[in-house]
Amino acid sequence: MAKAVTNSLTKKRRRVSDIVLKALIFLSSGIVVALTLGMIIYIAVKGTEGMSLNFLTTPAFSYPYENYGVLGNIINTLYLVVITLIIATPVGVGAAIYLTEYAKQGRLTRIIEFTTETLAGIPSIIYGLFGSVFFYNIFKVNYSLLTGALTLSIMVLPTIIRTTQEAIKTVPMGYREGAIGLGAPKWHTIRTVVLPSCIDGILTSVILSIGRIVGESAALIFTAGIAAEVGINSLGDIFGKVMNQGGSLTVQLYQYAQRGGAEMKYAFSTALVLLVTVLIINICAKLVAYRIRKKRSV
Amino acid sequence: MSDIIVPQSDVKLCTRNVNLYYGENHALKDINLDIKTNKITAFIGPSGCGKSTYLKSLNRMNDLVPDCKITGQFLLDGEDIYADGVDTNVLRRRIGMVFQKPNPFPMSIYDNIAYGPRVHGIKSKAKLDRIVEESLIGAAVFDEVKDRLHKSALSLSGGQQQRICIARAIAVQPEVILMDEPTSALDPVSTLKIEELMNTLKEKYTVAIVTHNMQQATRISDYTAFFLVGEMVEYAPTEELFSRPVDKRTEDYITGRFG
Repeated sequence: MAKAVTNSLTKKRRRVSDIVLKALIFLSSGIVVALTLGMIIYIAVKGTEGMSLNFLTTPAFSYPYENYGVLGNIINTLYLVVITLIIATPVGVGAAIYLTEYAKQGRLTRIIEFTTETLAGIPSIIYGLFGSVFFYNIFKVNYSLLTGALTLSIMVLPTIIRTTQEAIKTVPMGYREGAIGLGAPKWHTIRTVVLPSCIDGILTSVILSIGRIVGESAALIFTAGIAAEVGINSLGDIFGKVMNQGGSLTVQLYQYAQRGGAEMKYAFSTALVLLVTVLIINICAKLVAYRIRKKRSV
Repeated sequence: MSDIIVPQSDVKLCTRNVNLYYGENHALKDINLDIKTNKITAFIGPSGCGKSTYLKSLNRMNDLVPDCKITGQFLLDGEDIYADGVDTNVLRRRIGMVFQKPNPFPMSIYDNIAYGPRVHGIKSKAKLDRIVEESLIGAAVFDEVKDRLHKSALSLSGGQQQRICIARAIAVQPEVILMDEPTSALDPVSTLKIEELMNTLKEKYTVAIVTHNMQQATRISDYTAFFLVGEMVEYAPTEELFSRPVDKRTEDYITGRFG
Protein backbone atom coordinates (compact mmCIF):
# COMPACT_ATOMS: atom_id res chain seq x y z
CA MET A 1 0.00 0.00 0.00
CA ALA A 2 1.48 3.31 -1.02
CA LYS A 3 2.00 5.97 1.58
CA ALA A 4 2.24 9.67 0.86
CA VAL A 5 5.83 10.59 0.00
CA THR A 6 7.41 13.00 2.41
CA ASN A 7 10.08 15.63 1.83
CA SER A 8 10.98 15.94 5.47
CA LEU A 9 14.64 15.15 6.09
CA THR A 10 14.20 14.39 9.76
CA LYS A 11 10.87 12.66 10.20
CA LYS A 12 11.49 8.93 10.39
CA ARG A 13 9.16 6.57 8.57
CA ARG A 14 8.54 3.38 10.43
CA ARG A 15 7.66 0.27 8.49
CA VAL A 16 6.31 -2.64 10.49
CA SER A 17 8.29 -5.15 8.43
CA ASP A 18 11.53 -3.34 9.23
CA ILE A 19 10.86 -3.43 12.96
CA VAL A 20 9.93 -7.09 12.92
CA LEU A 21 12.97 -8.08 10.89
CA LYS A 22 15.29 -6.09 13.10
CA ALA A 23 13.82 -7.77 16.16
CA LEU A 24 14.20 -11.21 14.61
CA ILE A 25 17.83 -10.54 13.77
CA PHE A 26 18.63 -9.42 17.28
CA LEU A 27 16.75 -12.41 18.64
CA SER A 28 18.78 -14.83 16.51
CA SER A 29 22.06 -13.34 17.63
CA GLY A 30 20.85 -13.43 21.18
CA ILE A 31 19.96 -17.11 20.91
CA VAL A 32 23.37 -17.95 19.46
CA VAL A 33 25.22 -16.08 22.18
CA ALA A 34 23.00 -17.52 24.89
CA LEU A 35 23.43 -21.06 23.61
CA THR A 36 27.19 -20.80 23.41
CA LEU A 37 27.65 -19.10 26.73
CA GLY A 38 25.06 -21.31 28.33
CA MET A 39 26.72 -24.46 27.18
CA ILE A 40 30.15 -23.30 28.27
CA ILE A 41 28.90 -22.23 31.69
CA TYR A 42 26.96 -25.47 32.18
CA ILE A 43 29.98 -27.59 31.36
CA ALA A 44 32.24 -25.43 33.50
CA VAL A 45 29.96 -25.72 36.51
CA LYS A 46 29.37 -29.46 36.19
CA GLY A 47 33.01 -30.02 35.42
CA THR A 48 34.36 -28.52 38.61
CA GLU A 49 32.91 -31.35 40.61
CA GLY A 50 35.33 -33.94 39.32
CA MET A 51 38.17 -31.45 38.81
CA SER A 52 41.28 -31.49 40.95
CA LEU A 53 44.99 -31.11 40.58
CA ASN A 54 45.20 -34.87 40.66
CA PHE A 55 42.78 -35.10 37.76
CA LEU A 56 44.97 -32.92 35.61
CA THR A 57 48.32 -34.36 36.49
CA THR A 58 47.83 -38.12 36.67
CA PRO A 59 46.69 -40.64 34.11
CA ALA A 60 43.66 -42.84 34.66
CA PHE A 61 44.38 -46.28 36.07
CA SER A 62 42.56 -48.98 37.98
CA TYR A 63 45.34 -50.74 39.87
CA PRO A 64 46.26 -50.56 42.74
CA TYR A 65 43.27 -48.25 43.21
CA GLU A 66 40.78 -46.48 40.96
CA ASN A 67 42.33 -43.20 39.87
CA TYR A 68 40.66 -40.69 37.62
CA GLY A 69 43.00 -38.47 35.63
CA VAL A 70 43.54 -37.19 32.13
CA LEU A 71 47.28 -36.69 31.91
CA GLY A 72 47.68 -39.68 29.62
CA ASN A 73 44.88 -38.45 27.41
CA ILE A 74 46.32 -34.95 27.20
CA ILE A 75 49.62 -36.41 26.10
CA ASN A 76 47.91 -38.67 23.57
CA THR A 77 45.97 -35.75 22.13
CA LEU A 78 49.22 -33.81 21.85
CA TYR A 79 50.85 -36.67 20.01
CA LEU A 80 47.93 -36.89 17.62
CA VAL A 81 48.00 -33.18 16.88
CA VAL A 82 51.73 -33.06 16.26
CA ILE A 83 51.98 -36.20 14.13
CA THR A 84 48.90 -35.37 12.09
CA LEU A 85 50.19 -31.90 11.33
CA ILE A 86 53.63 -33.19 10.42
CA ILE A 87 52.01 -35.45 7.85
CA ALA A 88 49.13 -33.34 6.60
CA THR A 89 50.61 -29.84 6.43
CA PRO A 90 53.35 -30.41 3.85
CA VAL A 91 51.07 -32.60 1.74
CA GLY A 92 48.16 -30.18 1.99
CA VAL A 93 50.12 -27.00 1.38
CA GLY A 94 52.05 -28.67 -1.43
CA ALA A 95 48.86 -29.81 -3.10
CA ALA A 96 47.36 -26.35 -2.79
CA ILE A 97 50.43 -24.74 -4.34
CA TYR A 98 50.35 -27.23 -7.20
CA LEU A 99 46.64 -26.72 -7.86
CA THR A 100 46.82 -22.93 -7.78
CA GLU A 101 50.20 -22.14 -9.31
CA TYR A 102 51.26 -25.00 -11.52
CA ALA A 103 48.36 -27.06 -12.74
CA LYS A 104 46.69 -26.01 -15.95
CA GLN A 105 43.18 -24.93 -14.98
CA GLY A 106 40.80 -27.30 -16.67
CA ARG A 107 39.00 -30.58 -16.29
CA LEU A 108 41.72 -32.32 -14.28
CA THR A 109 41.96 -29.59 -11.65
CA ARG A 110 38.19 -29.44 -11.36
CA ILE A 111 38.07 -33.20 -10.76
CA ILE A 112 40.78 -32.96 -8.10
CA GLU A 113 39.01 -30.10 -6.38
CA PHE A 114 35.69 -31.91 -6.48
CA THR A 115 37.28 -35.00 -4.96
CA THR A 116 38.80 -32.89 -2.21
CA GLU A 117 35.44 -31.32 -1.43
CA THR A 118 33.84 -34.74 -1.26
CA LEU A 119 36.50 -35.99 1.15
CA ALA A 120 35.54 -33.15 3.45
CA GLY A 121 31.95 -34.32 3.63
CA ILE A 122 32.53 -37.96 4.49
CA PRO A 123 31.37 -38.84 8.03
CA SER A 124 34.28 -39.33 10.36
CA ILE A 125 33.24 -42.79 11.48
CA ILE A 126 33.80 -44.01 7.96
CA TYR A 127 37.34 -42.68 8.15
CA GLY A 128 37.67 -44.63 11.38
CA LEU A 129 36.49 -47.80 9.73
CA PHE A 130 38.76 -47.30 6.74
CA GLY A 131 41.75 -46.39 8.85
CA SER A 132 41.40 -49.29 11.23
CA VAL A 133 41.39 -51.86 8.45
CA PHE A 134 43.73 -50.23 5.94
CA PHE A 135 46.49 -49.28 8.34
CA TYR A 136 46.19 -52.57 10.19
CA ASN A 137 47.15 -54.25 6.94
CA ILE A 138 50.24 -52.06 6.77
CA PHE A 139 51.39 -51.99 10.37
CA LYS A 140 49.84 -55.21 11.66
CA VAL A 141 49.03 -53.39 14.89
CA ASN A 142 45.46 -53.21 16.04
CA TYR A 143 45.46 -49.76 17.53
CA SER A 144 48.16 -47.12 17.56
CA LEU A 145 48.60 -43.37 17.73
CA LEU A 146 50.25 -43.48 14.32
CA THR A 147 47.21 -45.15 12.80
CA GLY A 148 45.02 -42.52 14.40
CA ALA A 149 47.22 -39.70 13.14
CA LEU A 150 47.30 -41.06 9.60
CA THR A 151 43.53 -41.36 9.57
CA LEU A 152 43.17 -37.83 10.90
CA SER A 153 45.59 -36.58 8.25
CA ILE A 154 43.26 -37.72 5.52
CA MET A 155 40.42 -36.01 7.34
CA VAL A 156 42.08 -32.61 7.70
CA LEU A 157 43.73 -32.63 4.29
CA PRO A 158 40.73 -31.10 2.47
CA THR A 159 40.54 -28.25 4.96
CA ILE A 160 44.22 -27.46 4.66
CA ILE A 161 44.16 -27.67 0.87
CA ARG A 162 41.06 -25.53 0.46
CA THR A 163 42.04 -22.83 2.96
CA THR A 164 45.60 -22.65 1.64
CA GLN A 165 44.28 -22.35 -1.92
CA GLU A 166 42.06 -19.46 -0.92
CA ALA A 167 44.98 -17.81 0.85
CA ILE A 168 47.25 -18.15 -2.17
CA LYS A 169 44.58 -16.71 -4.42
CA THR A 170 44.50 -13.52 -2.35
CA VAL A 171 48.11 -12.75 -3.23
CA PRO A 172 47.97 -10.05 -5.92
CA MET A 173 49.17 -11.03 -9.37
CA GLY A 174 51.38 -7.94 -9.29
CA TYR A 175 53.74 -9.54 -6.78
CA ARG A 176 54.32 -12.54 -9.01
CA GLU A 177 54.76 -10.38 -12.10
CA GLY A 178 57.21 -8.16 -10.28
CA ALA A 179 59.34 -11.09 -9.21
CA ILE A 180 59.27 -12.86 -12.55
CA GLY A 181 60.02 -9.57 -14.27
CA LEU A 182 63.26 -9.47 -12.29
CA GLY A 183 64.25 -12.88 -13.62
CA ALA A 184 63.22 -14.98 -10.62
CA PRO A 185 62.37 -18.61 -11.40
CA LYS A 186 58.82 -19.67 -10.63
CA TRP A 187 59.41 -21.77 -7.52
CA HIS A 188 61.69 -19.08 -6.12
CA THR A 189 58.91 -16.57 -6.61
CA ILE A 190 56.43 -18.80 -4.81
CA ARG A 191 58.81 -19.53 -1.97
CA THR A 192 60.03 -15.97 -1.37
CA VAL A 193 57.09 -13.77 -2.31
CA VAL A 194 53.81 -15.64 -2.65
CA LEU A 195 53.92 -17.94 0.36
CA PRO A 196 55.22 -15.34 2.83
CA SER A 197 52.41 -13.04 1.72
CA CYS A 198 49.72 -15.51 2.62
CA ILE A 199 51.35 -17.22 5.57
CA ASP A 200 48.66 -16.10 7.97
CA GLY A 201 46.03 -17.73 5.78
CA ILE A 202 48.03 -20.94 5.76
CA LEU A 203 48.46 -20.80 9.52
CA THR A 204 44.72 -20.31 9.88
CA SER A 205 44.15 -23.52 7.95
CA VAL A 206 46.54 -25.32 10.27
CA ILE A 207 44.82 -23.95 13.36
CA LEU A 208 41.41 -24.94 12.01
CA SER A 209 42.78 -28.42 11.54
CA ILE A 210 44.05 -28.55 15.10
CA GLY A 211 40.54 -27.80 16.23
CA ARG A 212 39.22 -30.68 14.16
CA ILE A 213 41.90 -33.05 15.42
CA VAL A 214 41.28 -32.23 19.07
CA GLY A 215 37.56 -32.60 18.59
CA GLU A 216 37.55 -35.84 16.68
CA SER A 217 36.26 -38.93 18.41
CA ALA A 218 34.58 -41.40 16.07
CA ALA A 219 37.59 -41.79 13.81
CA LEU A 220 39.89 -42.35 16.76
CA ILE A 221 38.03 -45.03 18.66
CA PHE A 222 38.79 -47.65 16.02
CA THR A 223 42.25 -46.46 15.13
CA ALA A 224 44.06 -45.01 18.10
CA GLY A 225 42.23 -46.94 20.75
CA ILE A 226 41.31 -46.15 24.30
CA ALA A 227 44.39 -46.66 26.48
CA ALA A 228 44.76 -43.97 29.09
CA GLU A 229 48.28 -44.54 30.35
CA VAL A 230 51.15 -42.14 29.81
CA GLY A 231 53.50 -44.90 28.80
CA ILE A 232 56.77 -42.94 28.69
CA ASN A 233 59.38 -44.55 30.90
CA SER A 234 62.49 -43.84 28.89
CA LEU A 235 63.71 -41.54 26.16
CA GLY A 236 63.08 -44.19 23.54
CA ASP A 237 59.48 -44.44 24.61
CA ILE A 238 58.86 -40.92 23.34
CA PHE A 239 59.08 -42.31 19.82
CA GLY A 240 58.01 -45.81 20.62
CA LYS A 241 54.74 -44.56 22.05
CA VAL A 242 53.68 -43.73 18.51
CA MET A 243 53.05 -47.38 17.79
CA ASN A 244 51.08 -47.92 20.98
CA GLN A 245 47.45 -47.48 21.70
CA GLY A 246 46.43 -44.08 23.00
CA GLY A 247 43.06 -42.69 23.91
CA SER A 248 42.56 -39.00 23.23
CA LEU A 249 40.62 -36.62 25.45
CA THR A 250 37.47 -37.04 23.39
CA VAL A 251 37.65 -40.82 23.51
CA GLN A 252 38.16 -40.75 27.27
CA LEU A 253 35.17 -38.45 27.63
CA TYR A 254 33.12 -40.95 25.67
CA GLN A 255 34.17 -43.75 28.00
CA TYR A 256 33.33 -41.88 31.19
CA ALA A 257 29.98 -40.80 29.79
CA GLN A 258 29.19 -44.31 28.61
CA ARG A 259 29.87 -45.83 32.02
CA GLY A 260 27.73 -43.11 33.53
CA GLY A 261 26.69 -43.00 37.19
CA ALA A 262 29.53 -41.92 39.44
CA GLU A 263 31.84 -41.42 36.51
CA MET A 264 29.61 -38.87 34.73
CA LYS A 265 31.22 -36.01 36.61
CA TYR A 266 34.57 -36.99 35.16
CA ALA A 267 33.05 -36.81 31.69
CA PHE A 268 32.24 -33.18 32.36
CA SER A 269 35.66 -32.51 33.79
CA THR A 270 37.22 -33.94 30.65
CA ALA A 271 34.86 -31.77 28.61
CA LEU A 272 36.05 -28.74 30.54
CA VAL A 273 39.67 -29.60 29.82
CA LEU A 274 38.79 -29.91 26.13
CA LEU A 275 37.02 -26.56 26.08
CA VAL A 276 39.96 -24.81 27.70
CA THR A 277 42.34 -26.51 25.25
CA VAL A 278 40.34 -25.33 22.26
CA LEU A 279 40.12 -21.84 23.70
CA ILE A 280 43.89 -21.70 24.18
CA ILE A 281 44.47 -22.95 20.64
CA ASN A 282 42.19 -20.30 19.16
CA ILE A 283 43.81 -17.53 21.16
CA CYS A 284 47.27 -18.67 20.06
CA ALA A 285 46.07 -18.71 16.47
CA LYS A 286 44.79 -15.15 16.68
CA LEU A 287 48.00 -13.98 18.33
CA VAL A 288 50.21 -15.57 15.70
CA ALA A 289 48.18 -14.14 12.83
CA TYR A 290 48.17 -10.71 14.47
CA ARG A 291 51.91 -10.68 15.03
CA ILE A 292 52.64 -11.73 11.48
CA ARG A 293 50.36 -9.08 10.06
CA LYS A 294 52.00 -6.42 12.20
CA LYS A 295 55.43 -7.46 11.04
CA ARG A 296 54.44 -7.07 7.41
CA SER A 297 52.80 -3.68 7.53
CA VAL A 298 55.37 -1.84 9.64
CA MET B 1 62.69 -19.28 -43.93
CA SER B 2 63.74 -15.81 -42.98
CA ASP B 3 67.10 -14.43 -44.04
CA ILE B 4 69.75 -13.57 -41.56
CA ILE B 5 68.99 -10.21 -40.07
CA VAL B 6 71.98 -8.05 -39.26
CA PRO B 7 70.72 -5.23 -37.11
CA GLN B 8 72.49 -1.93 -37.08
CA SER B 9 74.80 -1.24 -34.15
CA ASP B 10 72.56 1.43 -32.68
CA VAL B 11 69.63 -0.97 -32.45
CA LYS B 12 69.21 -2.75 -29.14
CA LEU B 13 66.05 -4.72 -29.86
CA CYS B 14 65.13 -5.62 -33.39
CA THR B 15 61.74 -7.17 -34.09
CA ARG B 16 60.52 -8.48 -37.43
CA ASN B 17 57.26 -10.01 -38.64
CA VAL B 18 55.87 -10.25 -35.16
CA ASN B 19 52.42 -11.84 -34.96
CA LEU B 20 50.71 -12.62 -31.67
CA TYR B 21 47.52 -14.55 -31.02
CA TYR B 22 45.53 -14.75 -27.81
CA GLY B 23 43.62 -17.88 -28.73
CA GLU B 24 41.71 -16.91 -31.86
CA ASN B 25 42.30 -13.20 -31.41
CA HIS B 26 45.03 -11.85 -33.71
CA ALA B 27 46.35 -9.22 -31.35
CA LEU B 28 49.57 -8.18 -33.10
CA LYS B 29 49.81 -8.09 -36.87
CA ASP B 30 53.15 -8.19 -38.59
CA ILE B 31 55.05 -5.74 -36.43
CA ASN B 32 58.45 -4.55 -37.56
CA LEU B 33 60.20 -2.28 -35.12
CA ASP B 34 63.71 -1.30 -34.06
CA ILE B 35 64.31 -0.03 -30.57
CA LYS B 36 67.42 2.12 -30.49
CA THR B 37 70.11 1.86 -27.85
CA ASN B 38 70.14 4.46 -25.09
CA LYS B 39 67.08 6.17 -26.43
CA ILE B 40 63.53 6.37 -25.16
CA THR B 41 60.98 4.84 -27.51
CA ALA B 42 57.33 5.51 -26.78
CA PHE B 43 54.43 3.33 -27.92
CA ILE B 44 51.19 5.24 -28.26
CA GLY B 45 47.73 4.35 -29.45
CA PRO B 46 44.13 3.94 -28.25
CA SER B 47 43.10 1.30 -25.69
CA GLY B 48 43.33 -2.24 -26.94
CA CYS B 49 45.66 -1.44 -29.81
CA GLY B 50 48.28 -3.93 -28.74
CA LYS B 51 51.01 -1.64 -27.42
CA SER B 52 51.16 -3.26 -23.98
CA THR B 53 50.97 -6.69 -25.56
CA TYR B 54 53.91 -5.85 -27.77
CA LEU B 55 55.88 -4.45 -24.85
CA LYS B 56 55.32 -7.60 -22.82
CA SER B 57 56.50 -9.81 -25.62
CA LEU B 58 59.88 -8.04 -25.51
CA ASN B 59 60.77 -9.72 -22.21
CA ARG B 60 58.64 -12.78 -22.76
CA MET B 61 56.16 -11.88 -20.03
CA ASN B 62 53.50 -13.14 -22.42
CA ASP B 63 54.85 -16.63 -21.73
CA LEU B 64 52.81 -16.44 -18.53
CA VAL B 65 49.56 -16.02 -20.46
CA PRO B 66 47.98 -19.33 -21.34
CA ASP B 67 46.83 -19.64 -24.94
CA CYS B 68 49.27 -17.05 -26.26
CA LYS B 69 51.13 -17.76 -29.48
CA ILE B 70 53.92 -15.60 -30.86
CA THR B 71 55.73 -15.81 -34.17
CA GLY B 72 58.41 -13.62 -35.61
CA GLN B 73 61.89 -12.58 -34.62
CA PHE B 74 62.97 -10.74 -31.55
CA LEU B 75 66.67 -10.00 -31.52
CA LEU B 76 68.42 -8.60 -28.47
CA ASP B 77 71.85 -7.50 -29.68
CA GLY B 78 71.38 -9.87 -32.58
CA GLU B 79 70.31 -12.88 -30.50
CA ASP B 80 66.84 -14.39 -30.84
CA ILE B 81 65.21 -14.27 -27.41
CA TYR B 82 62.54 -16.82 -28.33
CA ALA B 83 65.02 -19.45 -29.43
CA ASP B 84 65.00 -22.87 -27.77
CA GLY B 85 67.23 -23.02 -24.77
CA VAL B 86 67.05 -19.35 -23.89
CA ASP B 87 67.13 -18.85 -20.13
CA THR B 88 64.17 -16.56 -19.49
CA ASN B 89 65.49 -15.72 -16.03
CA VAL B 90 68.64 -14.21 -17.53
CA LEU B 91 66.59 -12.55 -20.25
CA ARG B 92 64.37 -10.84 -17.73
CA ARG B 93 67.38 -9.68 -15.80
CA ARG B 94 68.70 -8.01 -18.94
CA ILE B 95 65.32 -6.64 -19.95
CA GLY B 96 63.57 -5.27 -16.87
CA MET B 97 59.99 -4.14 -16.45
CA VAL B 98 58.09 -1.52 -14.52
CA PHE B 99 54.35 -2.02 -14.33
CA GLN B 100 51.40 0.31 -14.48
CA LYS B 101 50.35 -0.23 -10.91
CA PRO B 102 53.33 0.03 -8.54
CA ASN B 103 53.87 -3.46 -7.14
CA PRO B 104 56.51 -3.41 -4.44
CA PHE B 105 56.71 -6.65 -2.48
CA PRO B 106 55.30 -6.67 1.05
CA MET B 107 58.81 -6.44 2.46
CA SER B 108 61.17 -3.73 3.60
CA ILE B 109 62.47 -1.24 1.04
CA TYR B 110 65.90 -2.79 1.36
CA ASP B 111 64.62 -6.31 0.71
CA ASN B 112 62.65 -5.09 -2.29
CA ILE B 113 65.71 -3.67 -3.99
CA ALA B 114 67.92 -6.56 -2.88
CA TYR B 115 65.44 -9.14 -4.15
CA GLY B 116 66.69 -9.18 -7.75
CA PRO B 117 70.41 -9.34 -6.92
CA ARG B 118 69.73 -12.09 -4.39
CA VAL B 119 67.85 -14.10 -6.99
CA HIS B 120 70.88 -13.89 -9.25
CA GLY B 121 73.28 -15.09 -6.61
CA ILE B 122 74.61 -12.05 -4.80
CA LYS B 123 74.80 -12.85 -1.10
CA SER B 124 77.45 -10.60 0.38
CA LYS B 125 75.87 -7.97 2.62
CA ALA B 126 78.46 -5.38 1.64
CA LYS B 127 77.71 -5.85 -2.04
CA LEU B 128 73.97 -5.78 -1.47
CA ASP B 129 74.22 -2.62 0.62
CA ARG B 130 76.10 -0.93 -2.17
CA ILE B 131 73.70 -2.10 -4.86
CA VAL B 132 70.68 -0.98 -2.85
CA GLU B 133 72.13 2.47 -2.30
CA GLU B 134 73.19 2.93 -5.91
CA SER B 135 69.84 1.75 -7.23
CA LEU B 136 67.90 4.05 -4.95
CA ILE B 137 70.11 6.96 -6.00
CA GLY B 138 69.68 5.99 -9.64
CA ALA B 139 65.92 6.05 -9.18
CA ALA B 140 66.04 9.47 -7.51
CA VAL B 141 64.44 8.23 -4.33
CA PHE B 142 67.38 7.60 -2.01
CA ASP B 143 67.17 10.84 -0.05
CA GLU B 144 63.53 10.24 0.73
CA VAL B 145 63.95 6.73 2.06
CA LYS B 146 67.53 6.45 3.31
CA ASP B 147 66.44 6.62 6.94
CA ARG B 148 63.75 3.98 6.63
CA LEU B 149 65.28 1.28 4.49
CA HIS B 150 64.02 -1.42 6.80
CA LYS B 151 60.48 -0.19 6.93
CA SER B 152 57.89 -1.78 4.69
CA ALA B 153 57.80 -0.53 1.13
CA LEU B 154 54.02 -0.48 1.35
CA SER B 155 54.18 2.47 3.72
CA LEU B 156 55.31 4.79 0.92
CA SER B 157 53.20 6.98 -1.32
CA GLY B 158 52.27 5.81 -4.82
CA GLY B 159 54.91 7.91 -6.54
CA GLN B 160 57.60 6.73 -4.15
CA GLN B 161 56.51 3.12 -4.57
CA GLN B 162 56.85 3.41 -8.32
CA ARG B 163 60.34 4.82 -7.97
CA ILE B 164 61.15 1.92 -5.64
CA CYS B 165 59.97 -0.39 -8.41
CA ILE B 166 62.26 1.42 -10.84
CA ALA B 167 65.14 1.10 -8.37
CA ARG B 168 64.31 -2.58 -8.01
CA ALA B 169 64.45 -3.00 -11.76
CA ILE B 170 67.80 -1.26 -12.15
CA ALA B 171 69.31 -3.15 -9.21
CA VAL B 172 69.88 -6.16 -11.47
CA GLN B 173 71.76 -3.98 -13.96
CA PRO B 174 69.53 -4.47 -16.96
CA GLU B 175 70.28 -3.23 -20.45
CA VAL B 176 66.70 -2.41 -21.32
CA ILE B 177 63.90 -1.07 -19.14
CA LEU B 178 60.34 -1.62 -20.31
CA MET B 179 57.71 0.61 -18.75
CA ASP B 180 54.03 -0.14 -19.11
CA GLU B 181 52.15 3.13 -18.48
CA PRO B 182 54.32 3.78 -15.43
CA THR B 183 52.71 7.04 -14.42
CA SER B 184 49.06 6.52 -15.31
CA ALA B 185 48.20 5.58 -11.73
CA LEU B 186 50.11 8.52 -10.22
CA ASP B 187 49.43 12.15 -9.42
CA PRO B 188 50.90 14.92 -11.62
CA VAL B 189 53.76 15.77 -9.27
CA SER B 190 54.97 12.16 -9.06
CA THR B 191 54.51 11.86 -12.80
CA LEU B 192 56.80 14.79 -13.39
CA LYS B 193 59.43 13.40 -11.06
CA ILE B 194 59.42 10.11 -12.88
CA GLU B 195 59.59 11.78 -16.29
CA GLU B 196 62.67 13.68 -15.12
CA LEU B 197 64.09 10.38 -13.94
CA MET B 198 63.56 8.79 -17.33
CA ASN B 199 65.77 11.35 -18.97
CA THR B 200 68.67 10.34 -16.76
CA LEU B 201 67.86 6.63 -17.15
CA LYS B 202 68.44 6.69 -20.87
CA GLU B 203 72.08 7.53 -20.34
CA LYS B 204 72.67 4.03 -19.02
CA TYR B 205 69.73 2.02 -20.30
CA THR B 206 67.53 1.63 -23.34
CA VAL B 207 63.98 2.57 -22.44
CA ALA B 208 60.69 1.59 -24.05
CA ILE B 209 57.55 3.07 -22.61
CA VAL B 210 53.88 2.50 -23.29
CA THR B 211 51.81 5.58 -22.69
CA HIS B 212 48.34 6.71 -23.58
CA ASN B 213 49.31 10.26 -22.69
CA MET B 214 50.55 11.84 -25.91
CA GLN B 215 51.93 14.88 -24.16
CA GLN B 216 54.11 12.58 -22.09
CA ALA B 217 55.38 10.96 -25.27
CA THR B 218 56.33 14.33 -26.73
CA ARG B 219 57.97 15.39 -23.47
CA ILE B 220 60.28 12.49 -22.95
CA SER B 221 60.68 10.19 -25.92
CA ASP B 222 63.17 10.24 -28.78
CA TYR B 223 61.21 7.87 -31.00
CA THR B 224 57.50 7.14 -31.10
CA ALA B 225 55.58 4.22 -32.57
CA PHE B 226 51.85 4.52 -33.16
CA PHE B 227 49.83 1.33 -32.78
CA LEU B 228 46.29 0.81 -34.01
CA VAL B 229 44.21 -2.38 -33.76
CA GLY B 230 47.27 -4.61 -33.55
CA GLU B 231 49.20 -2.91 -36.32
CA MET B 232 52.18 -0.65 -36.01
CA VAL B 233 51.05 2.20 -38.22
CA GLU B 234 53.94 4.60 -38.04
CA TYR B 235 57.32 4.85 -36.39
CA ALA B 236 59.51 7.90 -36.49
CA PRO B 237 61.55 10.27 -34.35
CA THR B 238 59.06 11.84 -31.96
CA GLU B 239 59.40 15.36 -33.29
CA GLU B 240 58.67 14.16 -36.82
CA LEU B 241 55.75 11.92 -35.93
CA PHE B 242 53.90 14.61 -34.07
CA SER B 243 54.56 17.52 -36.42
CA ARG B 244 54.63 15.79 -39.83
CA PRO B 245 52.84 12.45 -39.53
CA VAL B 246 52.92 10.43 -42.73
CA ASP B 247 49.87 8.23 -42.22
CA LYS B 248 46.41 9.78 -42.01
CA ARG B 249 45.45 7.51 -39.15
CA THR B 250 48.37 8.84 -37.13
CA GLU B 251 47.30 12.38 -37.87
CA ASP B 252 43.74 11.63 -36.80
CA TYR B 253 44.87 10.13 -33.55
CA ILE B 254 47.28 12.82 -32.51
CA THR B 255 44.85 15.58 -33.35
CA GLY B 256 42.32 13.92 -31.13
CA ARG B 257 39.81 12.82 -33.69
CA PHE B 258 39.58 9.49 -31.95
CA GLY B 259 41.07 7.65 -28.99
